[in-house]
Amino acid sequence: MIDARGYSCPMPVVMVQKEVKAHAPQTLEVLVDDPCAVENITRFANNNGYTASARPDGGDAFALTLERKA
Amino acid sequence: MEQQIRLTKLANCAGCGAKVGAGVLAQLLDGLPVRRDPDLLVGFDKSDDAAVYRVSDTLALVQTVDFFPPIADDPYLFGQIAAANALSDVYAMGGEPRLALNLLCVPKSMPDSAVHDILRGGYDKVYEAGALIAGGHSILDEEPKYGLCVTGFVDPARLLTNAGAQPGDVLFLTKPLGAGILTTAAKADLCPADVLAGVYARMATLNKAARDAIQPFRVHACTDVTGFGLLGHALELAQASDVRLTIDTAAVDVPAEALELARMGVLPEGMYRNRRFASAFVQADGVPLEVQDALYDPQTSGGLLLAVHPADADALHDALRAAVPSAQRLGTATDYTEGARIILR
Repeated sequence: MIDARGYSCPMPVVMVQKEVKAHAPQTLEVLVDDPCAVENITRFANNNGYTASARPDGGDAFALTLERKA
Repeated sequence: MEQQIRLTKLANCAGCGAKVGAGVLAQLLDGLPVRRDPDLLVGFDKSDDAAVYRVSDTLALVQTVDFFPPIADDPYLFGQIAAANALSDVYAMGGEPRLALNLLCVPKSMPDSAVHDILRGGYDKVYEAGALIAGGHSILDEEPKYGLCVTGFVDPARLLTNAGAQPGDVLFLTKPLGAGILTTAAKADLCPADVLAGVYARMATLNKAARDAIQPFRVHACTDVTGFGLLGHALELAQASDVRLTIDTAAVDVPAEALELARMGVLPEGMYRNRRFASAFVQADGVPLEVQDALYDPQTSGGLLLAVHPADADALHDALRAAVPSAQRLGTATDYTEGARIILR
């Protein structure tokens, strides 16, 4: 789980990149509150072996779930 | 010794990426009365780079204003880039800048030396353009911002707008793309220093040499590529000229690092905004997403986009390359009937 709330782009996607590179998790939950971060993390996921889905998480926040493709 | 400040940390959006989106801007302006005057050759309703007002048969005023938050950490460099960007709107109309006024917003906490260096960067670029700085206005603001209001002159017969492109015209772009992506990456120290230095140098480069080099040729339309990205500004040109543009994406100069960063999701918010605004008018079948991203990437102090008479294209290309080595021949304009305004190949 990465809590990137309060961080503006490109920091949230960079935090996700580091986690994926270090641990290649099967699933990864990410909290963001920068709409651009949702798009950037989704773009990164799709290009790097993950699927990503985002849902509103109250206020300006979004929760993303990344899942490693089989 | 004063504390070293990192200017971009004080900015919410970088450079022309801070622009209000084209779609939002249209809504904000909707319903406001537009006054017409036969001597107002280019006004608000044209989505062009600057306003142009005819003073006599041989003289028109070109007026523009542009300012934004820091896109570089170095105050002197930021001043240079902001000024080159503001002056560019005059070059994009085919004009010569003559008079400029500073627009400056500074936080109370900013050291005087940094403010001075921003202004020094602006002065240097305005003088390099052969224009004068004659005053300005400054206010306190939490986020620093700098830019200029610039007045230039143009012979109305030599006025370049974004509305004159004709079927058969050849398209040129005078600077590489990718500045928005690379400066966004720099915020997380992800842009290699030499690549970033190249981006900054290009942003600080006046479009004067390009404007001067194209003077002898039949240029039908011109605009500068800034916050709406290549495709946003190309769309405005295509719509204003009522043509279709076909762009050869392999001919567009995009640093490899920008494409790699796009694949890694390091993209500025303005790229998504530009894509949402323009993509309904763009046919991009088969073009990799990261290449499209670079074409939607918001530029700061970007190059000139030109539509040139086909018979002059080769000679203009030679002259332009001699003055501006980064100039690229991008594609062509054709008749528009229906469907996409821009075809990417």
